[in-house]
Amino acid sequence: MPETNNELAIYLNDSMGVHIVESRIAFGELTLLVKRDSVLEILKFLRDDPRTLFSCLIDVCGVDYPGRAERFEVVYHLLSPTQNERIRIKVTTDETTPVGSCVDLFPAANWFEREAYDMYGILFDKHPDLRRILTDYGFVGHPLRKDFPLTGYVEVRYDDELKRVVYEPVKLAQAFRRFDDVSPWEGGSGVLPGDEKASIDEDADR
Amino acid sequence: MSENEIRNFMLNFGPQHPSAHGVLRLVLELDGELVERADPHIGLLHRGTEKLIEHKTYMQAVPYFDRLDYVAPMNQEHAFCLAAEKLLELEVPRRGQIIRVLYCEIGRILNHLLNVTSMALDIGALTPPLWGFEEREKLMIFYERASGARLHANYFRFGGVHQDLPDKLVEDIIAFCAPFLKVCDDIETLLTNNRIFKQRNVDISVVSLDDALAHGFSGVMLRGAGAPWDLRKSQPYECYAELDFDVPVGKNSDCYDRYLIRMEEMRQSTKIILQCCELLGTEKGPVSAVGGRTAMPSRRDMKQNMESLINHFKMHTEGFKVPAGEVYAAVEAPKGEFGVYLVSDGSNKPYRCKIRAPGYAHLAAMEFLSKGHMLADVAAIIGTLDVVFGEIDR
Repeated sequence: MPETNNELAIYLNDSMGVHIVESRIAFGELTLLVKRDSVLEILKFLRDDPRTLFSCLIDVCGVDYPGRAERFEVVYHLLSPTQNERIRIKVTTDETTPVGSCVDLFPAANWFEREAYDMYGILFDKHPDLRRILTDYGFVGHPLRKDFPLTGYVEVRYDDELKRVVYEPVKLAQAFRRFDDVSPWEGGSGVLPGDEKASIDEDADR
Repeated sequence: MSENEIRNFMLNFGPQHPSAHGVLRLVLELDGELVERADPHIGLLHRGTEKLIEHKTYMQAVPYFDRLDYVAPMNQEHAFCLAAEKLLELEVPRRGQIIRVLYCEIGRILNHLLNVTSMALDIGALTPPLWGFEEREKLMIFYERASGARLHANYFRFGGVHQDLPDKLVEDIIAFCAPFLKVCDDIETLLTNNRIFKQRNVDISVVSLDDALAHGFSGVMLRGAGAPWDLRKSQPYECYAELDFDVPVGKNSDCYDRYLIRMEEMRQSTKIILQCCELLGTEKGPVSAVGGRTAMPSRRDMKQNMESLINHFKMHTEGFKVPAGEVYAAVEAPKGEFGVYLVSDGSNKPYRCKIRAPGYAHLAAMEFLSKGHMLADVAAIIGTLDVVFGEIDR
């Protein structure tokens, strides 16, 4: 579908160009980065315009890039069954700035946006029911953020004396190790675990 | 008679209810027996699959996909492999493609057998599951003979499948097909014209095509609404384009139509399986991309050749690097469009792997589907949605 992607990109740039920050075709997929305030306009246009007719919202999800000024990306995947095309729309946001909720345009967005809120803490403006969805009742934090540890903060067990499930800070039998698998010959810091011992020994010998 | 305030009745359906198909807690607000509001509480099986995948190499991430929709494991693996292959720009050799398609269709039958029969069980028919499970058992043995595991196969690899099929397996799969079609007919004699089954399913949860699209439905839920939309036909992947099969669509878009579609899809899958078996007879060659950085050295090489031993060790510890970029790959899983949105930062682990499960979108429409229906219909609706919590909760 590369030709249709090109045509579609040109068509969208002509008709909605003011809202589009960047359009890119990679791996045969068309991605539009759009302005946060105009995402609903774009989605509505894509859904209703007879050339596009992206009537099916496949997915909404968040991605976290902690190094950026606006750390979150909200990614929409749309499908047009009539044109047999797919498109990806992206907007950026941070922890406090809400993105317009597209539940009115696509009812399917309801749970997808709830999930993005639950997993990343991305806020959606005018969402009818922005509750947590996948995590536990009373869960604290947003687990898919890059700064959330893989092991989490709490663990649960059944307490026989209290006759209920209790939450406790997570206890690890051994420290969690994250291997970066980068060969010391290829890159990495150049300092390997254990190097400090070698230098101490040298000092002692002297 | 004094005027009493009439209050709606709140009912917790599940998480331990057998027709909740797993761990669905459905909070229902009932006006008499009519459903006023349905609020599914999900996440009781949430294992943080997406987070775990971000901490694993690409090859270590594949088994997590078996554990999503554990009724048809290989179809999920397929979506992830397709996504990674798109980034790696890998070609799957033809024999590998045929084996993949063969096992995806076995997965489809596994799924539909479980769904159709357990839905019948939910609304009171006990025999279909017993018959269906007998067939599922045979299919799982085919899984086992190819991959070594009955359920969590971990058989697909980037660029193909793990290893070639053992001797005689193809013959046994061919021998399975004809009797299986007879079993489909038998199950249909129990259900299709069964008065109770029809009373419980006809005209239940009718969805218009526009509503189905707006709610993000896919797969049987969308075809039931009359759209001939099947990714195997409309956006063909692997060797589906050259295979001969039909896509059944519904007319009335109710639970009964969706049941009929699933029955027909099993027959079509059998047809595809037979075609694949025939192709496997003539198509010899590698089952996985040879050479390149994703190819695993053979066991024999590993035992005799130092370079291969190092390579094998590196593959299992460090894995391989995947070029930076983002892709979305979708397959027509038995439940609908199963998609993987994969973001790579050029390292050996996925930066982000969003799993788009079809059941998630379907269950999200639970309130829309069940509003105004009787409490007893909720079981039929959950059955027709074909929910499996492994993929919904992730």
